[in-house]
Amino acid sequence: MDPLARYEPLVDDAEAFRAACERPLPSVVRVNGIKATPDRVARAFEAAGVGFEPVGWHDGLFRLADDVSPGNTWPFVHGWVYGQEEVSAVPARVLDPAPGERVLDPCAAPGSKTTQLAALMDDEGLLVANDSNLGRLSALRSNAERCGVTNVAVANTDARHLSLKPFDGEPFDRALVDVPCSCEGTVRKNPDALEEWSLSHVEGIAGVQRAILARAVEVTRPGGTVVYSTCTFAPEENEAVLDGVVADHDCRLVEFDVELEHVPGVTEWDGERYDPSVRRAKRIYPHHNDTGGFFCAKLEVGA
Amino acid sequence: MTRRENDGQVLDRLPATADERVVEGRATRREVVGWWVDRFGLEPATFDGHTFWEKGAGKVWAFAADVGSPADVEALGMTFLRTRQEHWKPTTDAVQRFGRGATRNVVVLDDADARAFLRGETTDPDWDGDWGYLAVAHEIAGDVEPVGVGLYLHGELRSQMPKGRRREL
Repeated sequence: MDPLARYEPLVDDAEAFRAACERPLPSVVRVNGIKATPDRVARAFEAAGVGFEPVGWHDGLFRLADDVSPGNTWPFVHGWVYGQEEVSAVPARVLDPAPGERVLDPCAAPGSKTTQLAALMDDEGLLVANDSNLGRLSALRSNAERCGVTNVAVANTDARHLSLKPFDGEPFDRALVDVPCSCEGTVRKNPDALEEWSLSHVEGIAGVQRAILARAVEVTRPGGTVVYSTCTFAPEENEAVLDGVVADHDCRLVEFDVELEHVPGVTEWDGERYDPSVRRAKRIYPHHNDTGGFFCAKLEVGA
Repeated sequence: MTRRENDGQVLDRLPATADERVVEGRATRREVVGWWVDRFGLEPATFDGHTFWEKGAGKVWAFAADVGSPADVEALGMTFLRTRQEHWKPTTDAVQRFGRGATRNVVVLDDADARAFLRGETTDPDWDGDWGYLAVAHEIAGDVEPVGVGLYLHGELRSQMPKGRRREL
């Protein structure tokens, strides 16, 4: 089975798509605004002889030279940087939380997006980081503490049934729904990502994704924002999930900008037709910007 | 029912002052903030936006928001200070986060000693200040930045870097 072949009819340049999926990814760090600025990190890397270059579209992301292990640098020790795949820095910026808001991260571990959200909030307001896996939550906690995050409440529940009760029963202003997925888009980082691929797994996980997104919409206030993201190409896990949730929940897909090259969501796949508004979602393929693959959509909850 | 004994599995908000204390031996918000202000010379307003919680025996957490107490979650904010012992001990993460505002009990190590400290080793810096727990810092990118906690005793500085945070740079 060659799962990537499924998507060749969707991409503009199948050969470039295929070639990009086979190249390894550069190591990238994101500057943690709670503790440092891009300038200070750049000065520290320069003084230590660490090779790096800014990514261009985002001031706080640096691509590191091949010989650098980011964990063994002073900026990492100080919590000034977090190793994060370049494209995975997109959804927190699309959510764009403000200091003082109530924000939900229902599938949070190991915490790259949680710590990014905390920094965007200036560590003020309530950030609920939930994950169903207790072992992965311990990684999230140590990552958040190293980054100096103090506005996070860490919860260990099934995101499909998340309760507002521990949080004074009040809804959230925003939610970042970065669901577990078949991870096809991470093939450059984990060449094994496709070895266990099966259509039944894709279809099974799509049900979980739909239930998590639906619950996030339910616990977000009218007029609030929900961002849905995956690191996979399968429309079953992307547009089909959105199509299902907008059909039976009071929410709609809205337009948004990203600085990276991308294409719109697809409205037809494998004999299925989706709500035309799923075109407002964005597909980022590995050959577009030399990153991992990604999918991102922004929803507004009905006012 | 009000518990009078500490339950190590539960996050309880600290009482504001001793007058409001119900659970025996629990530190108060006033004492916790006062400890940081006295020890490191921080502005008391540094912690105005934080609530403080106990989970575990004497482990105090600093949280930049508030929820109902006891909190039905795994963690709130960061572990901040170890109480219920004679000498209270700040955490590495709290010193990294809040130690930049410190005006006393900060020892600044040279490059070689900072690396040794990060490896978990004992060093012998010039220090004629207090003994006890110090914020240990070094110069990087044009300013002084805290690395962690050191215990200064008998003329030597014992690194308190947790095993998982030690590095060979």
